[in-house]
Amino acid sequence: MVGSLRYYFPEKNRYYYLLGWSILLAVVWAVYLKWALLKTMDNMPGYGDFVLRSITIRFCIGLLVTGSVALASLLYYILQDQKDLQKRNSESDKMTRDAELFKLRQQLQPHFLFNSLNSINALIGSRPEQARHMVQQLSDFLRTVLKREENQWVSLGEELQSLQLYLDIEKVRFGHRLDASITCEESTPQMKIPAMILQPLVENAIKFGLYDTTEAIQIPIQAYTEKSLLVVKVQNPYDPSTHVPKTGTGFGLSSVRRRLYLLFARNDLLETSTDQQIFTASVKIPQPS
Amino acid sequence: MIRVLLIDDEPLARLIIREYLDSFAQVEILQECNDGFEGVKAIQQHQPDLIFLDIQMPKINGFEMLELIDQPPAVIFTTAFDEFAIRAFETHAVDYLLKPFSKERFSKALQKWIDQSGGGTRQAATSEILEEAALSPLQRERVVIRNAGKIKIIPIQEIRWIEAADDYVKLHTRDGAFLKNKTMGYFEKSLPADQFVRVHRSNMVQVKEITRLEPYEKETWLAILRSGEKVPVSKTGYAKLKVVLGL
Repeated sequence: MVGSLRYYFPEKNRYYYLLGWSILLAVVWAVYLKWALLKTMDNMPGYGDFVLRSITIRFCIGLLVTGSVALASLLYYILQDQKDLQKRNSESDKMTRDAELFKLRQQLQPHFLFNSLNSINALIGSRPEQARHMVQQLSDFLRTVLKREENQWVSLGEELQSLQLYLDIEKVRFGHRLDASITCEESTPQMKIPAMILQPLVENAIKFGLYDTTEAIQIPIQAYTEKSLLVVKVQNPYDPSTHVPKTGTGFGLSSVRRRLYLLFARNDLLETSTDQQIFTASVKIPQPS
Repeated sequence: MIRVLLIDDEPLARLIIREYLDSFAQVEILQECNDGFEGVKAIQQHQPDLIFLDIQMPKINGFEMLELIDQPPAVIFTTAFDEFAIRAFETHAVDYLLKPFSKERFSKALQKWIDQSGGGTRQAATSEILEEAALSPLQRERVVIRNAGKIKIIPIQEIRWIEAADDYVKLHTRDGAFLKNKTMGYFEKSLPADQFVRVHRSNMVQVKEITRLEPYEKETWLAILRSGEKVPVSKTGYAKLKVVLGL
C-alpha cells in the first residue's frame, strides 16, 4: 500500500491518506471485536453493556497499532528512496565527469598537440626562429580553444582567425603536402557563428585529405551568403577506391550536426556530398535577428 | 655499419631522428620515406637492418606496411598518440618512442637494439604486434594486400568470400581474387563476426552476399552468392549461419 502510494500521491497528501486508512482499519477492527465478543460472551449478564461502553478504547488501541505500522513502513520507503536517489546522483555525476573529460581530450587533440611539439623539437636545432614562431602559434591556438564555450557566438572573422592558426601549424607539420586557403565574401566576416563549429569540419578535411592520399592536397575553405544564411564550405580530396564514404557519420561531422540541431532544431544545416575525388561539407548558419 | 630507414610522413619528424643519429657514426641512413608505399619499396630494395617507423601515415599505417613485407626488419616504432598502438607495444614489450622524444631516450632505444643486435626475439614480437594491430578499429575496416608489385587496399565490405589456399588465403572481390599471407583463423578473429561467418574449415563468407542456401551432399550445403559464386558450407558452418541470420 505504502509502496504504491509513493507514485500516486503528492508528498503531503500521502500522510492524510495513510491516516485515513489507519482510521478505517481501526473502525473495522472495533466493529469486528464488538460482534465477536457479543457472539461468544452472549449469555453473560451486563457484558453487552460493557462491550459497548469500552468500544472507544479498543478503537484507539487499533488505531495506535495500524498507525505505527503504517508510519514504520513509510519511513522505510523514504529511506529506500533516498538511497536510490543518491545512487542515481552519483552515477549521473560520474557520467557528466566522463563526458567532460572526453570533451576536453577532444578539444586538446592529443595527436595534433604531440606531433606539433615534435615538429617544434625538430625546428629548434635547425631553424630556431621558426620554432619560436610555431610555439607562439600553438599557444595562441590553444588559448582560443580553451577560452571558447559551446554556447558562445563569435564573428566569422574571429573563427577564421583561429582556423588560420590551426592551418598554419598543420602546414609546418606537413610541409609542401598541405595547401589550405580561406576565402570569404566581403560581408561575411561580421556575420555570427557558434564558436568552434568549423573546427571539426576542417580537422575532418585534413584528416581525410592527408591520410587518404599520398599526394599534395588542397583544402579550400569558402564563406558566402545564401538567402540570408551564412554558408561555409570545406572541401578535401579523398580516394573513392579505397575509402568507403561514410557520409556524415564521422565523429567530427556527427557532433557538428548534433550541435546545429540543438541550436536551431534543424537537421538540414550540414550537407555533405562527394564528387569523384572531392568531398564537400557545407554548413549553413541562420543569423540571429 | 647499421643500415637504417626513416619512415614518417612528417618531414620534421624525420629531421629530428636524422639529427639524433648524427652522433652514431656506425649508423648509415639509406633513405627517408614519406609513406608506407615508399617504405615497402625501400625495404625491399635496401634490406635495412633497422627501421624507424611512424604508425599514423597516409593510406596505409605502419602496421599495415609491415604486413606487406615477408621478412620485416627490426623496428623501432615512433608515435605521437595512439592508445591502441601503445597498449599493443606494452603487452609485447616492444620498444617504442613517444613523440616528442629526447635525445637520451632515443639513444637508449637505439643502444638497446645494438646490444641485442636485432635478435630473433624482436622478430617474434613484431609478428605478435601485427596480429594484435589487426584488431584495431581502423584495420578491422580494410585489408591491405600486395598484388603484382602494387599495393591494394580492400574495404572489407567488398570482400565476398574468403578461401584457404595453402599458406595464404584468397580474398574474392568484385575486382577478382587476391592472396594475403594470413591464416583463416586470423581473419576469423579480426573481421566482424556479425558480417563474416566461417562456414567451412576453408571458407568464410560475407553474410549479406548470400542469396540462398542449397543442400549439396550429405550434411553439406552450398551458399549461393549474389555474384553467382557457390561456397561450400559444412554442418557446423550451417549451424553458425543460422544463428547469425536469426533462423
